[in-house]
Amino acid sequence: MAGGSNPIEAPLAEVVKTHIKGTTGISGLKRLSGGASQETWSFDATTASEPVPLILRRAPGGARPPSETAVGLATEAKLIELAGAAGVPVPTVRYVLAKEDDVGDGFIMNRIAGETIARKILRDDEFANARPKLARQCGEILAKLHSIDRATLPPLRISPAESEIAQYRNIYKAHGHPHPVFELTLRWLTDNMPPPGTAHTLVHGDFRNGNLMIGPDGVRAVLDWEIAHVGDPMEDLGWICVNSWRFGNIDQPVGGFGTREDMFDGYEAAGGGRVDPDRVKFWEVLGTLKWGIMCTIMVTAFKTGADRSVERATIGRRSSETEIDLLRLLAPLA
Amino acid sequence: MQDQPTASELVEAVADFIRNHAMPQLQGHAAFHARVAANALDIVKRELEVAPAANTEETSRLQSLLGMEGLLEDLNRELCRRIEAGEVGLDTPGLKDHLWRTTLTKLSIDQPNYSGYRRALDEEAKS
Repeated sequence: MAGGSNPIEAPLAEVVKTHIKGTTGISGLKRLSGGASQETWSFDATTASEPVPLILRRAPGGARPPSETAVGLATEAKLIELAGAAGVPVPTVRYVLAKEDDVGDGFIMNRIAGETIARKILRDDEFANARPKLARQCGEILAKLHSIDRATLPPLRISPAESEIAQYRNIYKAHGHPHPVFELTLRWLTDNMPPPGTAHTLVHGDFRNGNLMIGPDGVRAVLDWEIAHVGDPMEDLGWICVNSWRFGNIDQPVGGFGTREDMFDGYEAAGGGRVDPDRVKFWEVLGTLKWGIMCTIMVTAFKTGADRSVERATIGRRSSETEIDLLRLLAPLA
Repeated sequence: MQDQPTASELVEAVADFIRNHAMPQLQGHAAFHARVAANALDIVKRELEVAPAANTEETSRLQSLLGMEGLLEDLNRELCRRIEAGEVGLDTPGLKDHLWRTTLTKLSIDQPNYSGYRRALDEEAKS
């Protein structure tokens, strides 16, 4: 988008000049791809010397969170601040937008250099030294994230296993296409639920390869806090093991880059408490099902005409990937 | 009976056109979508070749598993109902085998290069 023609450029420049010390304006504003519900913009704040690389996360027009599970941007900013204080690598939040700023709901944070594209992280030479360290780092980071005092958290959805299962069962049933493997999985999940007394913590909810900013030195930032909630901490350890996030590296269960043992060791060493591998498996199974059901509902957007793209249409044919993963988890051949 | 070429051959020709002639002239988003489109046609081609026989086999497996006649979709709905009700489970003779065969067929059409499918084929060969 060309410089002056962007309607948020002028109000954003005002916000930056007013609230971020030493800045004189902005340059290089561009929208980054991804995130249909919430926009991510990259720009630099100009100063008397070096420009400051920044990111704007925003919902246009002060719109309410588009889905019932998204936390909203002010909450996201608060969580990032709390996580940073607990030692989780996150971008520093520089300013939370107010209504009178006229840029919508959102916040401005530092732009951290690094890579989020999973396939590059798993294949490029630049990350060869980082890869063996990542699983342990993920464990350490999750331990810190789960240690955040619940009393300090902003209001969040409380979603233990039972409500996660119910939520996805409802989505699957509403879609209406029969999936015997999903039914078998729902049955298994109901029969193997974590006990009711399971301690709850903050759960990131989408902690996986693709939402981690990685540099040659390792994890630089944990991104995408929009489906954070309170629940079983083992959920985060299971989700990152879902085969869909291994991007072909099936023998490296943690994000395609490491082992469960390394992640569990890092978690326990950083004070995360004892890892329960059975509960982690439970959440890996539920995570695999969740992604499978998300793939099937993409078909709804296609069939109703909301999104007629070939890309949207073909994602529906990826739900079978999760069915084979679920069978390998629940009814192995070997 | 239709004339030649077959539906499968027509789809293959279009996928080939997209991949080798149209795509090299496209950039950015359009090139990406062209690749996705060619991949979608590959799915159609495999389905045209595999599904007729596979669906017949799936129907007959379901009929013997459920002890009833019916159309493929209705039989699948009945199987789902029985699994949900706990009337049928992995200890039911034939269920595990049926789900594996059905799922392996789905993957052979949808995503034959998927890591979980490749690994399952190796495991099947060993078992």
